[in-house]
Amino acid sequence: MVKSKRGLPIHILVFLGPAVLIYTAFMIYPLCDSLWLSLNNKASSGAGQMFVGIQNYLTLFSQDRWSAPLWNAVRNNLVFFVIHMVVQNPIGLLLAGLLATRIRGAAIYRTIIFTPTILSVVIIGFVWKLILLPSWGISRALFGIVGLSGLGDYPWLGTESTTLITLSLMSVWQNIGIPMMLFLAALIRIPDDLMEAARVDGASSWTIFWRIQFPLILPTVGLIAVLTFVGNFNAFDLIYATQGALAGPNFASDILGTFFFRTFFGYQLQPADPFMGSTVAGVMLVIILVGVLIYLFGWQRRLQQIQF
Amino acid sequence: MSKKLLSLVLLALTTFGANVSQGKTQLIIESWRTDDLKVWRDKIIPVFTKTHPDIEVVFTPTAPTEYNAVLDAKLKAGTAGDLIACRPFDKSLDLYNAGQIVALNDLPGMDKFSKFALAAWSTDDGKTSFAVPMASVIHGFIYNKKIFTELGLTVPKTEQEFLAVLDKIKKNGKYIPLVIGTKDQWESATMGYQNIGPTLWDGETGRKALIDGSAQYNKGGFLATFEALAKWKPYLAPGYQALAYADAQNLFAQGRGAIYPAGSWDIAVFRQMNPKLDFGAFKPYSFEGKGEVVIDNHPDIALGLNAASKNKEAARTFLAWVATPEFATLYSNALPGFFPLADGDFTFSDPVAQEFDSWLKQGPQTFRCSYQILSRNANPNNENDLWNACAQVLNGTFTPQQAADFVQKDLASWYKPQQAK
Repeated sequence: MVKSKRGLPIHILVFLGPAVLIYTAFMIYPLCDSLWLSLNNKASSGAGQMFVGIQNYLTLFSQDRWSAPLWNAVRNNLVFFVIHMVVQNPIGLLLAGLLATRIRGAAIYRTIIFTPTILSVVIIGFVWKLILLPSWGISRALFGIVGLSGLGDYPWLGTESTTLITLSLMSVWQNIGIPMMLFLAALIRIPDDLMEAARVDGASSWTIFWRIQFPLILPTVGLIAVLTFVGNFNAFDLIYATQGALAGPNFASDILGTFFFRTFFGYQLQPADPFMGSTVAGVMLVIILVGVLIYLFGWQRRLQQIQF
Repeated sequence: MSKKLLSLVLLALTTFGANVSQGKTQLIIESWRTDDLKVWRDKIIPVFTKTHPDIEVVFTPTAPTEYNAVLDAKLKAGTAGDLIACRPFDKSLDLYNAGQIVALNDLPGMDKFSKFALAAWSTDDGKTSFAVPMASVIHGFIYNKKIFTELGLTVPKTEQEFLAVLDKIKKNGKYIPLVIGTKDQWESATMGYQNIGPTLWDGETGRKALIDGSAQYNKGGFLATFEALAKWKPYLAPGYQALAYADAQNLFAQGRGAIYPAGSWDIAVFRQMNPKLDFGAFKPYSFEGKGEVVIDNHPDIALGLNAASKNKEAARTFLAWVATPEFATLYSNALPGFFPLADGDFTFSDPVAQEFDSWLKQGPQTFRCSYQILSRNANPNNENDLWNACAQVLNGTFTPQQAADFVQKDLASWYKPQQAK
């Protein structure tokens, strides 16, 4: 009676088919095409392209006019990422912790805090530009109330020392809903009896959080870290919407995304260079890949060993 | 899917149109000037079709940011219109070199344009021109007349007078003396450097010397312009480093600033933002020890002929009309702030536009020094460098000398005539 031999599991192919097709057509093929483009350059005859191997990558890393903006973008991107890690994620966790205590109106807070995440980044950029605008922005009046009207006229988005931090905090404000929601989901999943048992044993809330809740949401902590990493190193839209493709002043807010955009598509009188642009994209891919691999092998694997 | 549907509908419409206008030749114009759709449809094309009833002209613009890409795709696919609006310099030169638009040297009326007017749509040697120049934009200063009357100021003619006027406005404290922001960077270069600089680098002489390598950004007039620009710094609005172009326009249109370094296209913007604003214009100021004021009259748009057009004869007829003074008058009156590049006397209904135009008759002119040939390289790009350097001079993070050295070093890194200088 038992069917020991099965035929080709057609239903599996049918289920996989659409996803494989769509991913191949819209993700894998463009990715490979872009990588291929980065191994080519303009043919010396003028028309068409020719294979140059890793020459573009050598140019990008060895020539000062390419490597200087590249390292500047990498450095800025790291700052962007670190600010998200130390501001966005801890505050997200704190908010989730507060919401998990089922305070009054939790649903309303949750909705309000999550709202910026679903707004268009163009709106976020525009609104914050207006708030921070020196001549008639809202920040001017707000700083005035606390007697610091001088700060209201400060060009937060116009000086090299403050621009990147300001933009990072704008991005934190927008995206904080995501870690909050993920942390909240993880916290709610923890069975109440664990905490009750600890409370009976006389543990304080602080001890309960660090000894019980936090270890149990560690997988989520790792997940959020890697999501933040991938999101930040792919970031482009907020900087482009507020500072333009030149990511000023003096490239103080230039990150890999804007550097790639300028190189690939050109800007104003700057001609487009799809070959070097793809090379920058290739470097971005490697950076993100390395980060994700560190997460997979350094974090997730260990967690599983602990859990099972 | 929806694109397919759209093209089917368009196809149906065009065949329908062809049936109605039997025997008519249809010309399609490609352009990035979506703002001008009504002007072309209601004011310009009817004048042409009155005298040429056998030719039907359709203006089909694409959004400015998409124009280059869309035009490129259409030209490759062979579906581009007969007439093609051409951006100045390299973008159009590439079209010509690729054989996508044709030479127009023998078009009637082309001889009426000066070499200067044709430069933006000619080969590097200036021998072949491939588009009919339509309009240019002019740089200068726009000022708030009410504030000038209130503070008893007169229009400045020299740098000294200009700075004295700014000083007075600053001392009064009620208004921002000079309205320009540095956040978007390009205004500092375009409305600052290229506005007052031509007088210092002797206009065309200096611009050409930069191209042939006999002048440098960090010497003479080009350096002096960075120094002159740095003198603006004390008179800018608080927090000007974070003011974008539109913010500066807003400040001036609200009447909160006295003087605005302008491009002539701003006329139409201010008329629309605040119809009650009473403003005038004065030309770039002169410098001590320097001769005549040179005006930056920058070529902006021209019309070329698609090499793959099936109606070349009709298209040439239309282009010949575009080269006439009749078209020039029509076009620039419909769009205040855009000026004809043809030689001749034109009158404008807008008094400020008339003022801008009058400067061209008073002295020599040139166009932005970085646009021809020098910005051909992707990295470093001369125009982007100028934006960055000028914004930093106004921000105070570069001294004029540092800015000049930075721009020169980058240019010399790839441009042969400037090497070993």
